[in-house]
Amino acid sequence: MLEQKLRQTCRELLANGTVKVIIGYGAAPAGQATRAVFITTPEGVEQLVWNDRCEANLVAYLKRPEVRALGKPAIVVKACDERALVVLQQEAQLERANVFVIGMACDGIGAPREAKCRSCEDQVPRFCDVVLGEVTKPADAASARWDELAEFMKKSPEERMAYWQQELARCVKCYACRQVCPLCYCQRCIVDKNRPTVISTSPSLKGNFAWHVTRAFHLAARCAGCDACTRACPVGINLRLLNQSMAKATEENFQCRPGTDPQAQPLIGNYATGDKEEFIR
Amino acid sequence: MSAHPTGVFEPKVIAYVCNWCTYLGADLAGTSRLEYPANVRIVRLPCTGRIDFNLLIKGFEVGADAILVSGCHPGDCHYTSGNFHARRRWILFRQLLDTMGFDMNRIHFAWISAAEGKKFQHVLTDIVEQTRRMGPYAAYSKICEEVSC
Repeated sequence: MLEQKLRQTCRELLANGTVKVIIGYGAAPAGQATRAVFITTPEGVEQLVWNDRCEANLVAYLKRPEVRALGKPAIVVKACDERALVVLQQEAQLERANVFVIGMACDGIGAPREAKCRSCEDQVPRFCDVVLGEVTKPADAASARWDELAEFMKKSPEERMAYWQQELARCVKCYACRQVCPLCYCQRCIVDKNRPTVISTSPSLKGNFAWHVTRAFHLAARCAGCDACTRACPVGINLRLLNQSMAKATEENFQCRPGTDPQAQPLIGNYATGDKEEFIR
Repeated sequence: MSAHPTGVFEPKVIAYVCNWCTYLGADLAGTSRLEYPANVRIVRLPCTGRIDFNLLIKGFEVGADAILVSGCHPGDCHYTSGNFHARRRWILFRQLLDTMGFDMNRIHFAWISAAEGKKFQHVLTDIVEQTRRMGPYAAYSKICEEVSC
């Protein structure tokens, strides 16, 4: 069984000293998503689980100083999580050799399966040190990645603005979307800077629009599409739409899918003289 | 946005320009006595590569009816590549604004060199005329006035 295989792999890694800590999924009460566990002893691996509620993107923990202090980690990732890891690697935020990556072939998470999983194009991680399991449930052939976005973009600009006005009015500025994101790693986030205050800190529409534009754009051409922000949002704002719109524009204009090529230079921060400019006078 | 004393709508246009090309282009338009509408407020920045996208949002927030972002032609950047970086960002940023539902006819991008006083005049006249026809843009600034808590 896959879970046993995962535990066995992790037990060996800890026993032979390859890594100091395993960052994996641990059991949760029935009906709830699994929780992150940090295992430092070979006996502890019994806590590890693998099921369709392994929703979190554990890569987010790699940026935390208290986790880094534990020593070399092994981390359990799905293919989408792995893309975030690759982006961190591209941006020189982690030394790949200092992380042992355990990839899980993934049948999709959530019950029912999440939107990102229904249209998943790579269920098996590609750059891991070890890949466990195999895909038994392929993605839904009938759903394409941009379905939801395409449907949304059929609305008129006024309707789209009205939609976001309604959605973002609920935002309480808890910044959970930022905290769970593996790629939001600034030491000091722009919303925490108040001299000058770029983004109004009150949870009013003014500040909420500015924040969500900022969040989405800071992830443009970087977002791995793990949807952690969307799951974390306590008021259920569909942040996935904004991320997708950036991902689609990135693919269409630059033929680039973030996190799929560890050798590639980050898209933003570099340029090509041939970038399109038909919109510039 | 605001009504003109005469009751005629006069659009407010904010132009974010780079110090080295478009600002000098605007200067040239002035010293050459080229007339262009007084509706434009010029904000001078070091380089288009330095223009934070939050500034564009801010522009609409404070009631701009249209925004122009302009800098050196590709290859002419004072800092060699600032405008290339900016261009790449704008490609994606325009898409984000579009998804959020901003009126894309109200945000303009241009390359205007220090020698193109005439182009500055034409672009600005054109933007102001177009904006005047479209009327005031209150969709976003109105949102910003509302306090939801």
